[in-house]
Amino acid sequence: MRGIVKHFPGVLANDHVDFEAAVGEVHALLGENGAGKSTLSNILTGLYRPDSGEILLDGEHVQFSSPRDALDVGIFMVHQHFRLVETFTVAENVVLGDHRGEGRTFRLRTRAIERRVAELSKRFGLAVDPRAPVWHLSLGEQQRVEILKALYREARILILDEPTAVLTPQEAEVLFTTLREMAADGRTVIFISHKLHEVKAVADRVTVLRGGRSIARVDAADATLRSLAALMVGREIESGRAARDRVAGEPVLELANVWADGDRGDAAIRGASLIVRRGEIVAVAGVAGNGQRELAEAVAGMRPATRGTIRIAGKTVRGGDPRSAIAAGVAYVPEDRLGTGVAPSLSIASNLALKGYRDRHASHGPLLRLRRMRERAAELIAHYRIAGAAPSSAARLLSGGNLQKVVLAREFSGKPRVLVAASPTRGLDVGAIETVHAYLREAAADGVGVLLISEDLDEILMLADRIVVMYEGAIAGETTRDDADVEEIGLLMAGGRDPRAD
Amino acid sequence: MRIERRLRQPRWLLVAVPAGSLVFAFFASGLVLLATGHDALRSYRQIFDAAFLNSGALGQTLTQATPLAFTGLAAAAAFRMRLFNIGAEGQLFMGAVTADAAGLYLGGHGWPHALVIAAMVVAGCAGGAAWALIPGVLRAFFKTNEIITSLMLNYVAAYVMTYLIFNTESYWRQTTGFNASVFPTSKTLPNAAWWPAANIFPLGGGIAILAAVLIWFLYTRTRFGFEAQVLGDSPRAARYAGIRTRRKILAVMAISGAVAGVGGASQVGDFSHQLDADPNGLQKQYYGYTGIVVAALARYNPLAVVVVAFLIGALQNAGNTLQGADFPSGLVGVMQGIILFSALGGELLVRYRVRVGRALPAPEAA
Repeated sequence: MRGIVKHFPGVLANDHVDFEAAVGEVHALLGENGAGKSTLSNILTGLYRPDSGEILLDGEHVQFSSPRDALDVGIFMVHQHFRLVETFTVAENVVLGDHRGEGRTFRLRTRAIERRVAELSKRFGLAVDPRAPVWHLSLGEQQRVEILKALYREARILILDEPTAVLTPQEAEVLFTTLREMAADGRTVIFISHKLHEVKAVADRVTVLRGGRSIARVDAADATLRSLAALMVGREIESGRAARDRVAGEPVLELANVWADGDRGDAAIRGASLIVRRGEIVAVAGVAGNGQRELAEAVAGMRPATRGTIRIAGKTVRGGDPRSAIAAGVAYVPEDRLGTGVAPSLSIASNLALKGYRDRHASHGPLLRLRRMRERAAELIAHYRIAGAAPSSAARLLSGGNLQKVVLAREFSGKPRVLVAASPTRGLDVGAIETVHAYLREAAADGVGVLLISEDLDEILMLADRIVVMYEGAIAGETTRDDADVEEIGLLMAGGRDPRAD
Repeated sequence: MRIERRLRQPRWLLVAVPAGSLVFAFFASGLVLLATGHDALRSYRQIFDAAFLNSGALGQTLTQATPLAFTGLAAAAAFRMRLFNIGAEGQLFMGAVTADAAGLYLGGHGWPHALVIAAMVVAGCAGGAAWALIPGVLRAFFKTNEIITSLMLNYVAAYVMTYLIFNTESYWRQTTGFNASVFPTSKTLPNAAWWPAANIFPLGGGIAILAAVLIWFLYTRTRFGFEAQVLGDSPRAARYAGIRTRRKILAVMAISGAVAGVGGASQVGDFSHQLDADPNGLQKQYYGYTGIVVAALARYNPLAVVVVAFLIGALQNAGNTLQGADFPSGLVGVMQGIILFSALGGELLVRYRVRVGRALPAPEAA
C-alpha cells in the first residue's frame, strides 16, 4: 500500500500511509486509538475506497470496489466483533457467504464441509467442534471460527483487529502459535494491536501509525518495549501548558480498593484506589477497554461495586444506585452521549431537566412547572451557546458538539461536588473540544473535583493536575502533570510494566 | 425509489396524513363496493344513518364506544412508556368479575346507590390492576416479555370468567328461576347496582372521558409522566437520571390494568347488569384487542382515544345493525381493515419521506 490518503468529514484518517507486508510473515500494525489502523485495514479489505494512493498485490495494481473484491483475491479480516450467526453451527458459519465449491450448491453438503473444517482446525491447532452451534462457544472459540472461515476460503492475507481483546492470556498464547503456523504456511498475517508485549511476542516486523501517518517500520527483534512505546505515543510535550492556578482542597471523591464487574460478568475493575480533591482535575489515562468506562459508571452509581468503597465528600454512597450518587453531588458526562446522556426524542428543555426535575426549579410537589422548565432551558441555551436549539426541539436533532453542551449544561447546573467526564470530547470538532476543555477547567476553578477519563494523551496533559494510568482494571501508576513522562505513561498504558511482559 | 427518515416532522403532516388516510380508505372501500355491484354512496349513507341518525342508533354507538374507550386508554397509558400491555382484554374481564361481586354483595345489603356504584368502580380498578400486575411484576423483576405474558393471561381470565358462570358453587351464578335450570347464567344485579345514564349517555362513558383527562394530565403535567416519558424513550437515560425503573413499570401496568378494569365494571353496571348474559358474550366482543387499534389510531394520546373510540364504535354499531340482504355484510369489516391499514401506512409518511430518483452513494461512517 503506497501513499494511502483517506479523509472523513473533519478528520484526515490516513495521511499518505505506506504499508507493506511480505509473504510468510506476521506483521504488526501498532498505534493508539485513532491513529488510523482501522481505516487502513478497512481500505485493504475493500470497505472504504482511498481518496488517493494505490494498493499492490504481488506487484500488481488492484482496486477494490467492494469487500467481495478483496475476498476474491484472498484478503480476509477478523473483526473485533465477530460476524457469526449464533444459531448456526460452526461448519454452517464457515461456509456462509462463500460462493465457491460447497457453498454454491443448493443443498448443503454438510458432511463434506464438516470434514474439511475438522481437517483445517486440526492442522492449525484451532480446536473447535464443527457441529457445535456458535452460541455454545466461548469468545475465544468463536474467534477460531472466524479464522477457520479465512482458512476455508484459502485466504492469503489475514487481518486481525485487536484479536486478544476478548481472550485470556492463555488463549492469546494459543492464538499466537496459530498465527505463526499460518505465516510458516506461506500466508501473510496482519496483526493490529496497541499492546506492546503482544506485538513483540508475535510479530516479525512492526509498522507504527501515529496521527494517521506511518511513522516507522522496524524489526520486532530489534525493538524494545520502550522504543515501541516512544514511537507509538511519541509526541513532544508542549512547553506552553496551562499555568497551575488551582489549589486542591479536601478530598471529594475517594475510591478504596474498588472492584466491579464488566458487562460480560468478568471483573473489569480490579482493586482501583484513587482520590480526587476539590478543585483539581485527575485524569485517567489508558487504552480503551481497561476498565475506565466501568470506573466512571461505578462512581456515577450506574454500576455496582462488588468490593471496596466509594466515598463522596466523606460519605460512603450506596453502589449501583444512580439516584443516591446524584443526591451526593456526582455529575456524570457519559461516554455514550446519545444513548445514555440524553433521551433523544424528548425536547431539549426536558433533557436539560433530566436530573433536576425533582427539585423546585422544575416541579412543585408532584406537578411539573413546564413554563419554568422552558425558561430555564432558554437561559442555559443562551449561557452555554447551544446552537440550533429551541427548548421544544428534539435533542437528537442537535450536532454532537451541541448535544455535549446540553449534557454539560445540565451537569454543571446541578452544582456538583464531583464531575466524572468520560471521553467528553470524542467525536467533536476542534472548536467544540476547546469549549468542553474550558468548561472542565471552569468547573475545577469553581471547586469541583473533576475525574477526566480520556484516551487522548494530549488532552490529559493539557488539563490534568494528576494523571493515573489504568491497565487491565487496576491503577498501573500515577504521576503529576509536572513530572509527567510521556514515554513512561505510554509504557504503563500498553502494559509494559505488566509482569507478564517481562 | 428510496425511503428516508425525516429529520423534522412538520406539524401540518400530523393532521394531513390521518385525514388523507381516511379519504383514501373511503375511496378504496368504494372501489370494493363498486366491484361487488353496490352503490357506494348509498352504502355510506346507510352506515351514517345506522351509526348516528336512526332511532336508538346513537345510544347503541355509545354502548359500543364506551368499552373501547376504556381499553383504548389502557393500551395508550402503557404503550406510551413502551410497555406493551396486550392484556386489556383479560383485565377487563377481571374488573367485571370483581365489580359484579361488589355490586351483588353491597347492592344486596342495602347500601345507598351512589356508594354501591363507587365501590363497583373501585373493585373494577382493583381487579384489573391486580391482573395487570402479574405481567408487571414478571417484567420488572425477571425481565420477561410483557407482550407474551399479558396476552396469555387473557385466555386465563376468559376461562376464569366462564368457570364462575358455570360452577354451581359460584357466587356469581344464578341458581333460581326457570332459565337458570335450563342453561347456566349469572346472577342479575340488584337495582341499587345499576349505573344511571344521563338520557342515552352511560355513566361509564363519562368516567372514560374523566379518565382520559386524568391520564393526559398525568403524562404531560406531572413528574410521574416526565419519568415515564424518559423511560419510554431511553431506559439507559432513565437509569442515568436516577429514575426508579421497576417502580415505574409496576405503577404504569397497574394504571393500565385499572382503567381496563373500570371498563369491565362499566360493562356490568351500565349494560349487562350481570357478569355476562351469555357465557361467551363478552369474550366475543374482543374489546381489549380493538382497544389496541383505537390507541394506535389515536397515537396513544388519551384525549384522541375517546374520539377514535366513538368513531370505531359507530362503525361497529352500523355494521352490526345493517347486516342483511340489502347491505354487504362484510363491508364494515373491509372498511375497518382498510382504515386501519391506511392509517398505519400513513404513519410511515409522517416519519419518513419517499424520494424517487437514483440513489446517491451513502456517506461512509467515520
